Amino acid sequence: MQEHDLSFVRVEMALAQSAPASERGLGAWIRKNLIASTGDTILTIIGIVLVAMILPQLISWALINAQWTGTDRTFCATVAQGGIQPDGWSGACWAFVNAKFGQFMFGRYPIDERWRPILVAILFVALLVPLLIPKVPRKGLNAILFFGALPIVAFILLVGGVFGLPHVETPLWGGLLVTLTLSFVGIAVSLPIGIVLALGRRSKMPIVKMLCVIFIETVRGIPLITVLFMASVMLPLFLPAGVTFDKFLRALIGVSLFAAAYMAEVVRGGLQAIPKGQYEGADSLGLGYWQKMGLIVLPQALKLVIPGIVNTFIGMFKDTSLVSIISMFDLLGVVKQNFSDANWATPQTARSGLVFAAFVFWMFCFGMSRYSMFTERRLDTSYKR
Amino acid sequence: MASQEILREEPRSGSFINDPKVRGIFFQAVVVIVLVALVWWIVQNTIDNLTRLRIASGFGFLRGRAGFDISDSAIAYSSDSTYGRAILVGFINTLIVAVSGIITATIIGFILGVGRLSHNWLIRKICTVYVEVFRNIPPLLVIFFWYSGVLSVLPAPRESINLPFSSFLNQRGFYFPRAVWGEGSWLILVALLLGIAMAWFVARKARQRQMATGQQFPVFWTSAALIIGLPLLAYALSGFPLSFDYPKQSTFNLTGGFQVKPEFLSLYLALSFYTAAFIAEIVRAGIMGVSKGQTEAAGALGLRPGSILRLVVIPQAMRIVIPPLTSQYLNLTKNSSLAIAIGYPDLTATTGTVLNQTGQAIECVLIMMVVYLALSLLTSAIMNVVNARMALVER
Repeated sequence: MQEHDLSFVRVEMALAQSAPASERGLGAWIRKNLIASTGDTILTIIGIVLVAMILPQLISWALINAQWTGTDRTFCATVAQGGIQPDGWSGACWAFVNAKFGQFMFGRYPIDERWRPILVAILFVALLVPLLIPKVPRKGLNAILFFGALPIVAFILLVGGVFGLPHVETPLWGGLLVTLTLSFVGIAVSLPIGIVLALGRRSKMPIVKMLCVIFIETVRGIPLITVLFMASVMLPLFLPAGVTFDKFLRALIGVSLFAAAYMAEVVRGGLQAIPKGQYEGADSLGLGYWQKMGLIVLPQALKLVIPGIVNTFIGMFKDTSLVSIISMFDLLGVVKQNFSDANWATPQTARSGLVFAAFVFWMFCFGMSRYSMFTERRLDTSYKR
Repeated sequence: MASQEILREEPRSGSFINDPKVRGIFFQAVVVIVLVALVWWIVQNTIDNLTRLRIASGFGFLRGRAGFDISDSAIAYSSDSTYGRAILVGFINTLIVAVSGIITATIIGFILGVGRLSHNWLIRKICTVYVEVFRNIPPLLVIFFWYSGVLSVLPAPRESINLPFSSFLNQRGFYFPRAVWGEGSWLILVALLLGIAMAWFVARKARQRQMATGQQFPVFWTSAALIIGLPLLAYALSGFPLSFDYPKQSTFNLTGGFQVKPEFLSLYLALSFYTAAFIAEIVRAGIMGVSKGQTEAAGALGLRPGSILRLVVIPQAMRIVIPPLTSQYLNLTKNSSLAIAIGYPDLTATTGTVLNQTGQAIECVLIMMVVYLALSLLTSAIMNVVNARMALVER
């Protein structure tokens, strides 16, 4: 009986075969990703046509045909327009951006004093970068310096008037300096106000709750321009005669209050996402309201809504460009102001200046959004199902 | 016995100050007092300032003569009209921009959102680049780009760019033939309405029949035939009353036709393109939020990909999409106030002009706030109705 035992057990594994040729290499990738079906092929062709229409033009405009150096408009105008370029020329006028770079950065900040904003920028970067990199130690000290000391130092340096520094009035500020100052202060002010408003909206005290709801919903329902209008025309009416406010400060108040309302809704989302057990656990430990919120609820809630907070920051950074409408000169305002400079007026000037400004804004916003994604992944405690 | 009574009498230990209820009342009282004091102070200051500046408060100024021109007006307006009418013109312009922007942004946004999830690598990348570029640039900059970067460097009217259907594009805007409705053209409108009504009726009947018998009816083609065919028939019957007023080249300008001003065009394009990037992300999130099992189950039932999308994925995705979509619509409406930067006479711009002329700051800002708030509430109300119809009906 045993002789018929022909069972066979394979001892060694069969070698893995490589994927079939139709599934490998560039050809397979193209088949899968570009021409999977007739519809797909048509889409690909449309896409290629689109790219072929836009990309070469863009590259030749921004790089190949661009005028990089020059001292006035003749370098960026065609012969017919009184310049040196051949007729039909179309290229970016980076010479304009180059010549106005100082203004785009600092506005009309006195040239002799420009080392002050530069120093502030260096300090800002030097303190911000270690704060953003998780591995760098001494976060506490760093944060105190960044949020406590830097604003004071920056204020002294930028405004001046003490320690022998000449006073620089805010109407002289401009360019990226204004954009960054507005957004930094706006961020620093709107976050705490937003947290307070969010807590107020979830408070059990009816009057406090009602006031917070009215404020948040009103501000969220109206455009920022209206708020800025209010800050620039109504605020002076509200104050006693003779008391005047700096225009910069008024815009700052408007932007901060506006952002605070949006921040409050983001934070409220986080507060609502914290399970009730956390609140009750804190209560049962005998913690008071502020201890409960500060030690238990807010740390968890804020962590949950980091993407939302950064989105609000990005929104606010973009919204600071609106102050150019109430005749303040942020980056966009300065760029726009320089279009009317007769020395540089060509058909390409506006386009080049705006593309430059767009690039600066884009860099900051894109950077912020990427950093928020990184933080989100890092803080992800994978409690999620 | 005595000890029990003591226990009962002392349910709250600690002092009166630590009672949360008492504290709450005290705290709110403080808030109210501070707020009332602040408001009183502000009102006093405002009254002082207004008497000093000799500005009469109240809305009587709305009946005064405006004395300024508005370049783009949908209703009859001249500089002799009242301030109230000027603000009304602005309001209508805001509505026009907001509605047309919302429609265009939704269309572009949906295309982009679906494109970002396409199996086609190239389409996916193009859509991603678009979204990442436009999401990270201020809308005002996009408006300026269209206005000063593109539209104002177009050729002068004499060298207008010719487009199909005898439309022209030049510095002064976009010109296209204007339809002139002759006598009897009301018949076409009636036919169109009739066609829509009949199409709706057919769709309803077809649905009932499919529910009852399982037989399908070509609803789409029938409706298309009804909605397009009936007006065409009416057009022929009433003796072809429609003619076109074509824009014509004259020495310095184009005459005739319908002109879309560059201000409107740049605002409309910028708002649509900017908001479309956000809508695309919302749509993508919505589609990704529908679990894969749903698609696979629909496939297992034998539905074709188109039907899966239409019957299974989109209805479920819409539930996720609509609330954030509403807030994007609100954002677009609020962003339309950026019109003031390029001189398109929307509500903010005209009210701003009125404010500068009359000095009635409080009233003007109040009008702006109330109108925008009302618009926001109206949009949310409409979208809430849509949302309620789409929302998941659970047991």
